[in-house]
Amino acid sequence: MTKVHKEAITGAQAAAYAMKQIEPDVVAAYPITPQTPIVEYFAKYVADGVVKTEMVPVESEHSAMSAVVGAAAAGARAMTATSANGLALMHEIVYITASMRLPVVMPVVNRALSGPINIHCDHSDTMAERDSGWIQLFCEDAQEVYDLTLMAVRLAEHEQVRLPVMVNQDGFIISHGVEPVELLPDEVAKKFVGELKPLYPLLDTEHPVTYGPLDLYDYYFEHKRQQIEAMKNVFKVFPSIAEEFYNITGRRYNFVEPYKMEDAQYVMVALGSTNGTIKYVVDQLREEGKKVGLLKIWMFRPFPKAEIQRLLTGRKAVVVLDRSASFGAEAPLYEAIKSSLYEVASKPLLGSFVYGLGGRDINPELVRFAFEKAMKHELVVDQELYLGLRE
Amino acid sequence: MPLTMKKLAEIFTNKETGLTQGHRMCPGCGAPITVKLALMTAKALGYEPVIGFATGCMEVSSTIYPFTSWSVPYIHNAFENVAATISGVETAYRALKKSGKISADKKYAFFAFGGDGGTYDIGLQSLSGAVERGHKFIYILYDNEGYMNTGNQRSGSTPPGADTTTAPVGKKIPGKVQLKKNIVEIIAGHEYVYAATVAFGEPMDFMSKIEKALSFDGPSFIAALSPCVRYWRVPEDQTVDITKLAIQTKYWPLYEVDRGVYKVTRKPSTFKPVSEFIKTQERFRLLLQRPDAQEIIDEIQHYVDRRWERLLALEEATKDKPIR
Repeated sequence: MTKVHKEAITGAQAAAYAMKQIEPDVVAAYPITPQTPIVEYFAKYVADGVVKTEMVPVESEHSAMSAVVGAAAAGARAMTATSANGLALMHEIVYITASMRLPVVMPVVNRALSGPINIHCDHSDTMAERDSGWIQLFCEDAQEVYDLTLMAVRLAEHEQVRLPVMVNQDGFIISHGVEPVELLPDEVAKKFVGELKPLYPLLDTEHPVTYGPLDLYDYYFEHKRQQIEAMKNVFKVFPSIAEEFYNITGRRYNFVEPYKMEDAQYVMVALGSTNGTIKYVVDQLREEGKKVGLLKIWMFRPFPKAEIQRLLTGRKAVVVLDRSASFGAEAPLYEAIKSSLYEVASKPLLGSFVYGLGGRDINPELVRFAFEKAMKHELVVDQELYLGLRE
Repeated sequence: MPLTMKKLAEIFTNKETGLTQGHRMCPGCGAPITVKLALMTAKALGYEPVIGFATGCMEVSSTIYPFTSWSVPYIHNAFENVAATISGVETAYRALKKSGKISADKKYAFFAFGGDGGTYDIGLQSLSGAVERGHKFIYILYDNEGYMNTGNQRSGSTPPGADTTTAPVGKKIPGKVQLKKNIVEIIAGHEYVYAATVAFGEPMDFMSKIEKALSFDGPSFIAALSPCVRYWRVPEDQTVDITKLAIQTKYWPLYEVDRGVYKVTRKPSTFKPVSEFIKTQERFRLLLQRPDAQEIIDEIQHYVDRRWERLLALEEATKDKPIR
C-alpha cells in the first residue's frame, strides 16, 4: 500500500487538491457559492507556481465551459467547477462538451437551483443535466471527492469512453465541512492519472479537423447513438480503473456501495452525503435486530441498472430518498429505481421520500422514520412523502 | 514590402486559402470574401490560422457534415461564445507550449469570426470578457446588419429605415428606429486592444489592418462591412462596389483605434450623399415609399456627418497619446 498522509480538509479543498495533482493544462472558472473555495484554492496553487496550469478567470460560467471546450478541443487537459445557477448557465455548452466527446472533468458543488434564490444543498442543479451526456458521480464525503476526482480523469479520457464527468459533492455539507482525508503523494497521484493522449487536437495544423459542424437528419442520429454506446462502455471501463485505484489506496469503489445488505429486507437508496447519516441509522437499527441496509449510488449516469436489479430483487421494501423533485412526475432517483425494478423476479414494496430541498436538514430521526414506514409496510407506491417538511 | 493583391494571387495560385471550394454561401455574399482575405493575409505572412466560428450563415453553409470547406483547424461551439471558445484554444496553446507538449516554432494565428448578431448582441459579453483578459486573438465581425441565418431579423447593427421581419416598416412604425450600436467604440473602450473597421472594397487597407492585428501583442477586433445579397437585395456582382459606396458616403468610415489612438485610414476628397448608398438597396424600398422618408434619410445623413467630424477630432486629440 502506498504511503499516504492524512489531513483535515474540506470537500472543496479535497477537489482542489486533486486538481493540483492532476495539474490540468487549462482551468477556466467563474466563482459561485458554494463552489468558490475550489477555484480560490486552485488559483492560489497557480499564483504560487505550485502548478503549471494556465488559469482563465472568465466573465461567466457560460464562458467557462466555452473556454474549456476550446482548450480541450485544442488538445489540452481542461477543467472547471461550478454550482447551481452557474451550471444552469453552462447548460447549453454542457451538452456540446459531451457531443464533441471532450474528456472534461468538472467538480459540481450541488446547490438548489433558483428560484427563489437559495445557496444551500440539493441536487436540482445536477439533475437538470441528467440527460446531457455527462457521466455523473456522487460523493458521500471529502475522501470520495478526492478519490473520485482522480478516477474521473481516467474515466473521461479512456479511449472507449471519451466523455465528460461531473463529480458531485453536496454544497456546504461536504464542500465546507472539515474531515480527515487520506491524500496520495503527488507522484503517485500523477502516475495514476497519467498523461492525456489528445485525439484530433485543433492545434495539429498538419491534420486540420472541423469541430462542431452542422449535422442534419442524415448523420445526427448516428452521432447520438455513438454517445449512447460510449456511455455504455463506462460499465466495462470503470471497474478496472477502480481496481487499480484500490491497489494503490485500499479504498474500493464501484457503481454502488451496498452497506449491510447481505440479509437486509428493508433497503434505503440515496445519493451524496446523506448516505453517512443513513449508515449511522442502519447501524442503530441493526443493533435493535432490524434487517435494514443501504444501497449508496456512486454513479448516477450511466445508471447501473443491472447492479441495482441484482441487489434489490427479493427485498421486502425499498425506500428511495431524493434531494430534488420533479414537478408533476416522480423524483429522479425514485423514478430510476422503480424503472429498474420493473423486470426483477421479486419486486419489493416501494416508497419515495423527497428531503433536504434548499439545504433543509436531514437527521437520523427522519431517516429512522422512513425506515419505520417501510418496516411497518406503510409504503404506498408512487405516494411521494417528504422528510423534514412542515405540512 | 507590404502585401498586395497581386502578391496574394501569386502565392495562392497553388496553395489553399483555408476556405476551399464547395461551400454553400450565396453567390456574391460578403462573408467568404472577408474570411478569405483575412486567412490569405495570415498565411502569406507565415501564420497557421486556427479558426473559431459563431453560429450563423457562414458556419452552417461551410460545415454540412460529412463535408467541410475548411482546410485549416476549425471549431464551432455555439452562437454567443466564439470569443470564449477561441480564448480557451489560445490558452491551451500557451499552456502546451510552456510545458513543451507542442513546438514553439510554429506561428499560430487565432481567429474568431462572428456575424453581427453573434457580436453586437448575444455574443457581446463573451467578446468583452475575452478582450478584457487580453488573449492574443483576432476577432473578425462580418457585419451584414441583421440576422440572416434565420431570415432577415433586426440586430443591434441594423440601421434605421431598413426593413426586417422583426422590425418591419409598417404603417405606424417606420421599421427599426434606433441607430446602429457603435461596436468599435465599445471594443476600443477595453483600451488594451487594436480595433478597426475594414471593407473588402478597399483590400489594401483591409490587409494592412490584418497584418497590424497579427503583430499586435493582444486582442484585436476587426469590423468588416459584409453585404448580404439576399437581405440587402443587391445584385450578386455589386457586393464589392457597395462597400466602396459605403466608404464614399461616410456610412462605413475606415479607421482604427490602436490602444486609444484614433486614425482615419481613408479620407475621400469628396463625399457622396448617404441617400446614394440607401437607394442601391431594396431593403430600404419601403422606407423610400414613406412620406417621411426624407426625414429619416436626413437623420442618417446628420449622424454620419457628425460621426465623421468626431472621428477627425479624435484623431487629432489622441495623436501620440496611447492609453497604454
